[in-house]
Amino acid sequence: MEKLISEFSFGLFFWQLFLFIGLVLLLWKFAWKPILEAVNGREEGIKNALASAENAKKEMQNLQADNEKLLKEARAEREAMLKEAREIKEKMIADAKEEAQVQAGKMIAQAEESIRSEKQAALAELKNQVATISVEIAEKVVHAELADKDKQLSLVDKMLNDVTLN
Amino acid sequence: MRRKFSIKKITLLLFLVSFVTVAQHHGDESGHQEGSTEVTSEDAQKKSIKDYINHHLLDSYDFGLYSYTNDHGKKVHVGFPLPVILWDGGLKVFSSSKFHHGEEVAKVGDNYYKMYHNKIYKTDAEGTMNFEEGDHDHPTNAKPLDFSITKNVVFIFLVSLLMFVVFSRMAKSYKKNPVPKGIGRFLEPIILYVRDDIAIPNIGKKHYKKYMGYLLTVFFFVWIINLLGLTPLGVNVTNNIAVTFALALITYLITTFTANKNYWGHIFWMPGVPWPMKIILAPIELLGTFIKPFSLMIRLYANITAGHVVLMSIIGLMFLFKNWLGSSLSFGLAFALSLLELLVAALQAYIFTMLSALYFGSAVEEHHDH
Repeated sequence: MEKLISEFSFGLFFWQLFLFIGLVLLLWKFAWKPILEAVNGREEGIKNALASAENAKKEMQNLQADNEKLLKEARAEREAMLKEAREIKEKMIADAKEEAQVQAGKMIAQAEESIRSEKQAALAELKNQVATISVEIAEKVVHAELADKDKQLSLVDKMLNDVTLN
Repeated sequence: MRRKFSIKKITLLLFLVSFVTVAQHHGDESGHQEGSTEVTSEDAQKKSIKDYINHHLLDSYDFGLYSYTNDHGKKVHVGFPLPVILWDGGLKVFSSSKFHHGEEVAKVGDNYYKMYHNKIYKTDAEGTMNFEEGDHDHPTNAKPLDFSITKNVVFIFLVSLLMFVVFSRMAKSYKKNPVPKGIGRFLEPIILYVRDDIAIPNIGKKHYKKYMGYLLTVFFFVWIINLLGLTPLGVNVTNNIAVTFALALITYLITTFTANKNYWGHIFWMPGVPWPMKIILAPIELLGTFIKPFSLMIRLYANITAGHVVLMSIIGLMFLFKNWLGSSLSFGLAFALSLLELLVAALQAYIFTMLSALYFGSAVEEHHDH
């Protein structure tokens, strides 16, 4: 301890105190403050850049998710549309078939009707014609029969004979 | 010119080999025998090594690089003289070359001064030193107030200048580009280390900023000056108690003047203990505030001094062994120890900064319930 005290040099103490305090003040103004500020600024910048990168990534993910969703929706919509179309198509085909059947039925019925009526008409005409022809034949026959008196008389006789028998 | 080196001087040279060409100034050594004769006996050699180590640990008034004895038996000192500044009824400034390395009385104006055991005393024209009975270490002569620019002051100044140049240039480079360049790449992680691992954990995020200037400066200052102490320039700043005292005093003053109510509350009226204990604890705690910086002062001083003494003793051993085995062993040991000292240089800077931060942290600690 005594050695320490005897070694103590006031001049050195003074200069150390003086120079060191000067150094602290100068360095704080010209070195530490700007350096720490620059480093802090840089760290903030890095932090912000990282945060914004993270945000961008999230946004990107969101966007991707949105895209996916949209795509899904579109796909679902397409599917639905296709399904609907298929249904419509099937319905149309079914409807068409049904209608065609109905139509065909109707047409067949009509055809049958017309065939029947035609047939009837034809039959009626045939009957008429047969009647007419018969009348004509009968007329011609009668005419021929009744061309002379004898024949007429014989006919009457004959007819009369027939009747009396009855 | 063929120079005849004594063994001691070779030891000295090993330490102080310098690549700078320096001005020589020749001391007049006529009446002075110490160290100029060839050392032959082992005891004398041991003493000369011990003297050399002691001398090396002391501050000096000139910037001596090395000294040797020339052909004519004269001691030649190589180095620069430095200005001596005394306050003795007026400012006295003169070159330390006037003392001729302690061998002559310097006449300044009407006053005479003499250097004795590396301290300046006021004497008469003959340089008589007065001693108390049986004591040859503590002269009773008047000591003028000494503000001399000693070797250590020069180095404190040079290190300050170096730090200012390096760090202000580094700061400037950040203005252009926030990415460090050159030496900044090496220094920035250290600055960040001081901030993130010393200041913030000990002081807290809220208050640490106002202490950063001191913490960074003291860390780099102690580190650089410790490293310089390991160079062959032979400068030891941190093993002067005055230097470590100045540093510890600043830590103490900063702690005291930035302390909050909570800190003083813990010292004078310790919460959570019964009142008789509070009375007992108050002086102890108050003493603690002085002991803390005191331990800082002693720790740095003792570590650096011990490191230098051990390292130099082992190097000195090389010249005592005088055989290839012992000398090479102590060379290996000295080499290993030098590496250890490199670590100690950084470690002591770290510990000083760390403990200062710890004390600042306790001064601004917020109140919390026990």
